[in-house]
Amino acid sequence: MTPAFAAPPLPAAPAAEKLALAGVAAGLLALLLALADADPTRGQWWLYGALALLTGGTLAWSGLHYGRRPAGVQQHNLWRRASTSRGAVAWVTSLVLTGFYVVLYWFSGNDGHGHFGVLNNLVHALDAFSRALRARPADQWFLYGTFYTLAVLLMGGRALWKYRHSRYQVIRTVSVMFFQLGFAFLLPGVLQFFQQPEFYFNYFWPLKYDYLFPGTVTSLLQSGGLGVFMVFWGAVMSLLATPVLTYFFGKRWYCSWVCGCGGLAETAGDPYRQLSDKSRAAWRWEVRLIYPILAIIVALTALLWAHFATGNTLLGEAGNVGAKWYGFAIGSVFSGVIGVGFYPILGNRVWCRFGCPMAAYLGLLQKHFSRFRISTNGGQCISCGNCSNVCEMGIDVKQYAQRGEPIIRASCVGCGLCSTACPRGVLNLENGPRTGRYQASPLIHADSLRILG
Amino acid sequence: MHLVIVGNGITGVSCALAVRRLRPDARITLVSAESAHHYSRTALMYVYMGHLRLSDIKPYEDWFWDENRLGLVHATATALNTRENRLTLDNGTTLAYDQLLLATGSQSTRYGWPGQHLAGVQSLYGLPDLAAMARDTHAITRGVVVGGGLIGAELAEMLHSRGIEAVVLVRDARYWASVLPPEEANLVDAQFEANQIQVRYRTELGEILGDAQGRVRAVRTTAGEEIPCQWVGLATGVAPNLALANTADVETDRGILVDEYLRTSVPNVYAAGDCAQHRRPAAGEVAIEQLWYTGRMQGETVAHTLCGQPTPYRRGVWFNSAKFFNLEYQTYGQAPAQPGAELSSFYWEHPAGRAALRIYFRAASPQAVVGFNALGLRLRQAVCEAWIRQRAPVATVLAQLGAANFDPEFFPQHEQAIVAAFNRQFPEQRVVLRQRKGLLARLTS
Ligand SMILES: Cc1cc2nc3c(=O)[nH]c(=O)nc-3n(C[C@H](O)[C@H](O)[C@H](O)COP(=O)(O)OP(=O)(O)OC[C@H]3O[C@@H](n4cnc5c(N)ncnc54)[C@H](O)[C@@H]3O)c2cc1C
Ligand code: SF4
Ligand code: SF4
Repeated sequence: MTPAFAAPPLPAAPAAEKLALAGVAAGLLALLLALADADPTRGQWWLYGALALLTGGTLAWSGLHYGRRPAGVQQHNLWRRASTSRGAVAWVTSLVLTGFYVVLYWFSGNDGHGHFGVLNNLVHALDAFSRALRARPADQWFLYGTFYTLAVLLMGGRALWKYRHSRYQVIRTVSVMFFQLGFAFLLPGVLQFFQQPEFYFNYFWPLKYDYLFPGTVTSLLQSGGLGVFMVFWGAVMSLLATPVLTYFFGKRWYCSWVCGCGGLAETAGDPYRQLSDKSRAAWRWEVRLIYPILAIIVALTALLWAHFATGNTLLGEAGNVGAKWYGFAIGSVFSGVIGVGFYPILGNRVWCRFGCPMAAYLGLLQKHFSRFRISTNGGQCISCGNCSNVCEMGIDVKQYAQRGEPIIRASCVGCGLCSTACPRGVLNLENGPRTGRYQASPLIHADSLRILG
Repeated sequence: MHLVIVGNGITGVSCALAVRRLRPDARITLVSAESAHHYSRTALMYVYMGHLRLSDIKPYEDWFWDENRLGLVHATATALNTRENRLTLDNGTTLAYDQLLLATGSQSTRYGWPGQHLAGVQSLYGLPDLAAMARDTHAITRGVVVGGGLIGAELAEMLHSRGIEAVVLVRDARYWASVLPPEEANLVDAQFEANQIQVRYRTELGEILGDAQGRVRAVRTTAGEEIPCQWVGLATGVAPNLALANTADVETDRGILVDEYLRTSVPNVYAAGDCAQHRRPAAGEVAIEQLWYTGRMQGETVAHTLCGQPTPYRRGVWFNSAKFFNLEYQTYGQAPAQPGAELSSFYWEHPAGRAALRIYFRAASPQAVVGFNALGLRLRQAVCEAWIRQRAPVATVLAQLGAANFDPEFFPQHEQAIVAAFNRQFPEQRVVLRQRKGLLARLTS
């Protein structure tokens, strides 16, 4: 636009906040030392020291930063800070995160002698904790799970401070923290402690695609009563509970309340939600990618069952090879390396938006068989764009709001941030009868806008 | 038909979109001086505060204009020749029209204070103002804002976001006294206090003092107090931009005079939005409306007339909304600061001062509800409007209050407390709350 809008330097952070950030930095440094130190006892101390510093630093910073201002929308300088506007800090963060995923997935496997490649020292520093929780030594996935859960809890603490004025946000944040800690971390650990299969009760097919593969199902069925229940749970949640819950509450019951990927996005990813691309071009990519991925995983599952039903004669090794490639391309590269690694560049829901087959499945249900919608309050919208800005799914929310239309989009995860951020109280997440669900406000005429196609 | 629209604000753009819908074959050209593409003026403050980027406050992506065949000319129209149906542009070209819409918006008013042209003194209306404010408030410690209205509060919030001390001069005894009753104004004042904004009520600007370099160094109030500062924001209102209209024989007063079809005194020339002044406003309505939604409605209305479906402008039930720091404000219908004898009002305030609701109703039976003020809670516009149109008695409205609740899920519901307060203030009524919150409740009522 016409006049150059010079952005002056940012106001300096208060000393106490800097101190808290220094604590976080020291924690990261201690983590590096834990990685470098081959002595298991010392390594353990470095690691616990690091976790203590990270915890203290993050929570103290959040309290100081958000607590010093009255409760309310706090977005000052969001697009002027390098860390949240694709500046140098963001690129470095992204590089570190992607690097971590690459190392974790491909350079930290067990070599058969209890040695875990690059991350070895960190893994062994967790042995004592892992024994206490799971009655077995740590491995790279336990390390990952610990970090992941910690990220959800600490950044969840930050989100609770930041959004303390909105009960919807507070309850929702507590929910994702609870499900990550309880269902995705402690419970699987305890199951292993009692020699039961490691099972995640908050992940379902087609996101956790192998839960309905014949291989997983048969091995669970063989592992006793609890295994049978797990198969039952997985099938019921995927095929029955998902449509029913989505009918009543929309996709949000899962994506922004229960899911672990969503949980990380809503907490650790919250500083990056504004980065999700709102353009029509991005929407077209979304449609091109997410539905084919759903189709692939449905077809793959069906083929594997056909193969299984024909006494493992139909496909030869092709099915397993397909599953392996899907696991590599979608399960690892897309959901991990790109999905989380690029948070600071592409926004916090890249995976959920472009890749997740569960999101595609829930989205189809939400769009066509649900009572959920985001209502628009008459003609109050001033087209300011705050709602679109915070939409992590890249929905250009204002396009609907300024036309007085309800927002019914397959991708909306119901995080509620658009409603929270709107300065005019225009948006409200509601479940209601399906009749009249698409009805626009009579106060506004439709315009000739074309959003897609 | 070639329709030329001067001004790509919400009024001009709303008209262009409606004409495109009604007449797919029309040729439409938008001429605007300020920006190549339409942007949301109401969002300027969020750009300053770093919540949004300039590109985020464009309501439509750039491809939109081409795809909908809306021609954009980024230039100033310097002269209008209504005999030859021609505009002269500052880029040396002319533009012929069949129909012309003037949607030139407003400009900030200044009252001729001594020193008002010093560097560091400005208003906030458009993009150049935003750029100036970003530049001139850089590294300063204190700014003075003149004016106790919406823009005054916005400017204070903007300064505050950058850690700049803000002093607000308000002529009246309370904030926005022409619109808000004292209780509501008090809640806004509490927001100022919570954010350390110093508000000087009953204080008027006398003069602005400069330093040797011609930059503002202080203001002096009419009471003689000198307040040192490095920047002054004048938020004392806007007036219709008549510059182009005055180059032709288009009749103007304070604004460009229009009839109810938004026609000016000259054939084929129309005016709408901030710049238009209604010759005969409906009873109780103002002649010049300077709001986002009225601009949109006027733009859409005039589009119908332009397309051969003459449509008088009917604003409908008044509404508006704003946000003062963390306090949201909505108003519907008649909600005067000082209701006359024919109106009563019921006021409820949350004990912690976080929310308030005022309902205005006719004093005479059946006490029909005429308006609402809501602070810190969200009301459903369609429901409030229906009540006002249907002249619902206040007792009915209170009994069904939940139907108007537009707060997010899990938010505290105040209906019980509100009805209890009403029953205390108007014991002769004894309302029982029958309807709680919910979409289901609304749709099945
Ligand atoms: C900071 C601020 C905050 C606001 N907040 C709110 C709010 O929260 N809610 C609300 O309801 N209202 C708000 N308003 C008021 C609202 O923005 C205006 O009422 C509305 O924008 C008017 O729209 P318009 O299209 O009539 O005029 P404008 O938006 O002013 O558009 C007119 C355009 O025409 C151009 N123009 C003028 N003359 C010429 C010429 N000769 N040649 C070429 N171009 C020309 C101008 O450059 C301008 O871009 C706010 C206003 C400001 C300044
Ligand atoms: S539309 Fe609103 S609720 Fe849905 S994902 Fe976007 S911000 Fe969240
Ligand atoms: S819905 Fe709210 S946040 Fe979104 S553009 Fe409209 S006023 Fe702004």
